[in-house]
Parts: sequence; structure tokens; C-alpha cells
Amino acid sequence: MALAKRIIPCLDVTAGRVVKGVNFLELRDAGDPVEIAKRYDDQGADEVTFLDITASSDERDVILHVIEAVASQVFIPLTVGGGVRKVDDVRRLLNAGADKVSINTTAVTNPEVVRDAAARFGSQAIVVAIDAKQVSLPGEPLRWEVFTHGGRKHTGLDAVEWAKKMQAYGAGEILLTSMDRDGTKIGFNLPLTRAVSDAVDIPVIASGGVGNLQHLVDGVIEGHADAVLAASIFHFGEYTVRQAKEAMRAAGIEVRL
Amino acid sequence: MKIAVVDYGMGNLRSVTKALEHVAGDAAEIILTADPAVVAAADKVVFPGQGAMPDCMRELEARGLKQAVLDAAKTKPFLGICVGAQLLFEFSEEGDTPGLGVFKGKVIRFPADKMHDEHGQKLKVPHMGWNEMFILKDHPLWAGIPDGERFYFVHSYHFVPADDIAVIESAYPYRFAAAVARANIFAIQCHPEKSHNAGLKLLENFVHWNGCF
Repeated sequence: MALAKRIIPCLDVTAGRVVKGVNFLELRDAGDPVEIAKRYDDQGADEVTFLDITASSDERDVILHVIEAVASQVFIPLTVGGGVRKVDDVRRLLNAGADKVSINTTAVTNPEVVRDAAARFGSQAIVVAIDAKQVSLPGEPLRWEVFTHGGRKHTGLDAVEWAKKMQAYGAGEILLTSMDRDGTKIGFNLPLTRAVSDAVDIPVIASGGVGNLQHLVDGVIEGHADAVLAASIFHFGEYTVRQAKEAMRAAGIEVRL
Repeated sequence: MKIAVVDYGMGNLRSVTKALEHVAGDAAEIILTADPAVVAAADKVVFPGQGAMPDCMRELEARGLKQAVLDAAKTKPFLGICVGAQLLFEFSEEGDTPGLGVFKGKVIRFPADKMHDEHGQKLKVPHMGWNEMFILKDHPLWAGIPDGERFYFVHSYHFVPADDIAVIESAYPYRFAAAVARANIFAIQCHPEKSHNAGLKLLENFVHWNGCF
């Protein structure tokens, strides 16, 4: 009897279509966002996250139509991230039907956007996405830094301290991506996930590196994550969300099944 | 039949409206409105809410909707959701805000000293995600929803009714009232509009409810 740990499939969206690729290379059209979101919903996904990977700003509004279409047919929480720069971007995404908006690079370059958006729309609507990499050398105490721009730009910010600061700014949840694991399929960076999750009082979603169902289990049990996010293991049909939940339940984790 | 969804500028009401439209079909017209006269003319009223309770209370008063909501709660089938449910109580610890006082009792924050599970692991606040709903009293809005069904929650405060009006409980980690009901009013802490088939069933039951309990 407890709150269920969540499984969240993530969809990369551009120009109104879901795309999939490996490490952002060889992007292929993977279908209609509404159909794919409904499929995950049918499989028992606890939420769905959309990452808008549109590069050009003149196509930004396309994601709003995607969210409107999905929100009218899928009745589980929807999170949208990617390219959120201003409080008004948050407002437009929420009005389109998103329940939560994820802020990544802008949280670093202009943290007041997080504070203002949380004050205006409530912390429950604001997710701060943190992309982190281990920067400590072998033999040193473990240390992780925040990176932006898809992991290319380092910020000098300590990931654990940054998560605490974002909580203080009003974030309702942290989406933590192990950047050095993203696309590797060798599992989450568990020490990082655990350090961040134990340091904050708000829920932490683990992301980056999932290659099999045991990795999801490890993220919750070893990493203390409140939710796990994965893209490729679900997109490429290796596993269904239901199979993932069954594996978690078999490991003694409370899930909604 | 007309169902008014009260829009006082707090948060995303598209989800609530879309979910009601989805279950109502031709049985009801769903009207998202900030107009007290439209609320007064509606057959049923849905009172949602997101964000901080002090802001919600302020906006409700600033937009002249407070009296319309109080009037609707006296007579019409009335559904309060999340902060909309919390506002029905007398007082909230969130910003020490007086509520509408439709129900006796207060709204408290999940106390930090109790937020551990049975293994001693920290429980996060907000209480976010899918949790079980345990039936205390049968209610027409819960028809067809099994005991122990999971609904989607996201909140840091919860109501503590002073009277015996709890109909559904959840647990995090202690038992708390997740839904209360009296006569024509049903108020729920979680989000039926985001709770998949069980949540849609609750909304469908509301569309067809005669307001008796």
C-alpha cells in the first residue's frame, strides 16, 4: 500500500511527428504523436513526456498543436520540454494541455524563469531538467556537473547543489539525465541519481542509459528515483510499458498495473 | 444540460474540460466560464484549481466568482477538484488562507517529520503520482470504480475534514481523506481528469448524477 513508482515513456517530436534515432543521429519518422501516446497509455504508462527537438524557432508552435491533439484523447499527465525560454512559453504549453513543463538550458542561463513560472503556475507544473556528467577523476570523491546544450556545454555547476537550488526556486520535480550514459544502454548513473534524489525533497525522475528492464529496477532501488523515464527500449518495441511494470513488481517495487 | 467549469485564471483547465467532453458525449454541454451568470445558470458546476491556494482565493474574489461558487455549492451537483476541493474548507496552512467554509476543517501541509516509509526511506513532497483509493462510504460518483483503484495525485497540502464527510481515503504514508461528500457536493484531492479510465468513470458518473447522497 503505497504511492506507485512511475514509468514514463519519452517521445522526441519535431515538425509534428515522433522521431527516433540513436544519439540524435539517423532520425527516422516513427509516427503520429497521438497514436503513439495512446499506445503507451493503453500499455499502462503513468505519464508521457514529449521532448520538442525542433531546431528552428519558427516551427515552435507546431508542438502546441501536437499537445492539444494528444490532450484531447489521452487522460494521463503530459509533460513537455525543449526550447522553453520564457514564462510565456510555459503558459502557452500549459494552455495547450500540458500538465507540466520541463525547463532545461534556460534554468541555467536564467533561473528566474523557474522562480517566476513556479510562482505563477504552481510548482506542480514546473519540472527542471538537469543533464549531468561525472567530472571527478578515478580515486577522487564522486562529483557531477551540470551540462547544457545537449551535453556539449559545461556550466561549472555541481549537479547536487543545483538540484537543491532549483527546488528552492520552486521546481516541483527534477528530471535527471545521466548524460554520460545517454544512448549507451548500460543503465542509469546510479550514484548520481541517488545523490540527487537523497538531497532533495521533491520527486526525481531518472533518465539516460536504459537498455533493459533491470536498469529501471536499479534506478528505483539503487538510485532512489521516484520515476524512471526511457525512450528507445519502448520505441523500438524491445519491451512494452507493461513488461517493464511487471519486472518492477517482481522486484518488489510498487507499480500501477 | 449545461455543466459549467469555473475558470478563475488558475492553471490548465483544458484537461478538465476535455475529459468532461469526452465522457459527456451528447448528454451535456461543457462550458468553461469566468462569468458568474453562466455559473448561476448551469445545471452542474465543476470547480477545479491548481497552484497556490492564496492566489486561487484572491483570483476567485477579484473575478467576482466567489458568491456564484458558494450559491452553486448550496444546491447544484458540484464537483471540487484539487485546490478547488481545498478551497471549500475553512482554512489552509498554505499562506494562512481563509477558505470558503463550505466544509468544516482545514488544509494542512504533509508534515516533514512524518514523510518516511516503513523502511525509513524519505517520501517526497509534493505527493506526486498514482496512489490507491480506499472506499469508506459508497457514493454514486464511485459506482463502477473498484476499491484500491489508483488515481493521479499532485499536491503538497491535503484537507482534514472536521466532520464525518470523508468517502475515500488514500495513504502517504498515513491515511488521509482523498475525497469528501455531503449532499450535492463531492470534492476530491487528486485529478480524475488525469486518472485514465477510473478518473473518466468518476467524471462520467458526475455527468449523470442527480446530486443526491
